[in-house]
Amino acid sequence: MPAPLIEINEVYKSYRREHLEIPVLEKISLTVAAGEFLALMGPSGSGKTTLLNLIAGIDRPDRGTIRIGGIEIGSLGESDLARWRSRHIGFIFQLYNLIPVLTAVENVELPLLLTPLSKKQRREHAELALNVVGLSDRMRHYPRQLSGGQEQRVGIARAIVTDPTLLVADEPTGDLDKTSARDVMDLLSRLNKDFSKTIVMVTHDPRAAEQARTVRHLDKGTLI
Amino acid sequence: MPLINLVFKNIFRHKLRTVLTVIGIAIAILAFGTIRTVIAMWYSGVEASSPNRLITRNAISLIFPLPIAYRNAITAVPGVSEVSYAQWFGGIYIDEKHSQFPQIAVDAATWFNVTPENRISEAEKAVFLRERNAAVVGVQIARRFGWKIGDSVRMRSMIFPGDWDFVVRGIYTGAQKSTDETLFFFQWQYLDEQLRKLEPWRAGNVGWYVVKIADPDRAASISGAIDHRFKNSLAETRTETEQAFVQGFISMSDTILIALRIISIVIIGVILAVLSNTMAMTARERLSEYAVFKTLGFEARHLVLLIAGESVLIALIGGAVGILMIGPTVDGFGAVMTSTVGAMFPIVGVSAVTRTVSLLMALGVGLAAAIFPAWRAATLRIVQGLRRVG
Ligand SMILES: Nc1ncnc2c1ncn2[C@@H]1O[C@H](COP(=O)(O)OP(=O)(O)OP(=O)(O)O)[C@@H](O)[C@H]1O
Ligand SMILES: [Mg+2]
Repeated sequence: MPAPLIEINEVYKSYRREHLEIPVLEKISLTVAAGEFLALMGPSGSGKTTLLNLIAGIDRPDRGTIRIGGIEIGSLGESDLARWRSRHIGFIFQLYNLIPVLTAVENVELPLLLTPLSKKQRREHAELALNVVGLSDRMRHYPRQLSGGQEQRVGIARAIVTDPTLLVADEPTGDLDKTSARDVMDLLSRLNKDFSKTIVMVTHDPRAAEQARTVRHLDKGTLI
Repeated sequence: MPLINLVFKNIFRHKLRTVLTVIGIAIAILAFGTIRTVIAMWYSGVEASSPNRLITRNAISLIFPLPIAYRNAITAVPGVSEVSYAQWFGGIYIDEKHSQFPQIAVDAATWFNVTPENRISEAEKAVFLRERNAAVVGVQIARRFGWKIGDSVRMRSMIFPGDWDFVVRGIYTGAQKSTDETLFFFQWQYLDEQLRKLEPWRAGNVGWYVVKIADPDRAASISGAIDHRFKNSLAETRTETEQAFVQGFISMSDTILIALRIISIVIIGVILAVLSNTMAMTARERLSEYAVFKTLGFEARHLVLLIAGESVLIALIGGAVGILMIGPTVDGFGAVMTSTVGAMFPIVGVSAVTRTVSLLMALGVGLAAAIFPAWRAATLRIVQGLRRVG
């Protein structure tokens, strides 16, 4: 059995609202093997997004450790953490979050600006990624000229273009119609199967969760 | 597609907002540069004036004339080496309504002796003396209107009746950089002859005397002697050095100059407010976008570059447009000034310093307006930024 890619050990997270401390995650421990496709489900407000953000290194736990690929990300400084994210994390947003003034291919190219790749190489990588998501014919389109499903596929291309260790997706089909949602899920499971991408996905949609290999449920801040 | 490209794309996201901001900055920089130039114009009059020349004028006001008969009496005052005189013509060059220049009727025999800063050849001086309707013009206006020796120029006057015909017989150049090369001189004798025919009661008058003295240190006592000579006469005089005369204009307008200085500071404040507002709106709208950039691994410095780049770009475009408009605006202002106040304020043009200072102002405003939004973006926590859409 290979070493787990993600090791979460007794993580706590709470938010402060006025003087009240609201516990969001309590004593979460979780391991995810490399090549896994994990779906996190649970009622609204159960802490799914919070947990995903901790795994993606865009938020920090109050207590406990998160090791990803052997690195304890809580010990990284802001700058190192940013560099770590750009190398290891592909983030897929529910609302795609594309930059509206950039074309599809420019949006996909964006994360590569932080790499030493040449202009030509960046363009090639971006076109390849758009190829993988089936949008070779939409490279020069702006986000507003694309359907929701297409926008999300551009978002996925942007997430995979740096060939990250881990893909995280927060309700990637949450804003899509049934057909587009199925396309996106097919794409994610293909990335998992054919490209052996490790994926952690938050979803409300049981049909989406079906595509995952493992489903874990969160309730009131604890894994069940 | 480096980040700088994104700066260019970003400024077109709200075209109207950007255009309005650019216009606002352009107008402000135009006003700033114009004020600076006008102030410089004012002071260059002082610099250009000679310490060994006195100006004798009517004690009541410059617009009241003095009798030509005073000439001999002034010449007789000890310490005076030469006396010339001049009369403001207030002409309108018929062919060219929009860019006027000052015209002055001068005593042909003495004028260029007392104003050696206006350089003219002896041959041209001789013709000027000989021909009644001869004119000597500054090289700048000769160039502006394409005048050559022998060209006729017809003018009307705001002060005197009828059409006036002149022939360009000389072109002078300035001895110093600050010398006004936009003046149009013609014979006072021509003016007087015509007036004798048309409005004889106005003939025999001059606007002011230019009195050359040998020793500048004695300026005060000689001035006193001249004014004393005409005490209790019909037209009392007021004599002072040319410098004091020009400075008199300035101190008369000291409050105006101070006001102008304050206005130019206020202007910078106003554009800072305008651009800051635009940039703050922009940053507020894009907080979730900044969070996305950070998620992708971009850092505070990238966002600062993005925001400051946009702010500076808008400021510099506005600044450049404004600076390009300073020249024409100053020319217009100069034309108004010369046709109302007279020849005391040479048009100096927009200096390189003014252009540079204006551009630096725009740059500074661009940077300053970016501080708050850049700080906001830099300190934004990703989860907070993402929540604004999700
Ligand atoms: N930045 C924050 N400040 C204060 N409270 C927060 C913040 N982020 C999350 N919370 C609270 O933490 C709890 C969990 O939020 P989270 O977004 O993780 O839930 P979720 O499971 O993703 O819900 P949903 O399915 O609605 O997206 C909620 O009660 C939420 O109000
Ligand atoms: Mg959520």
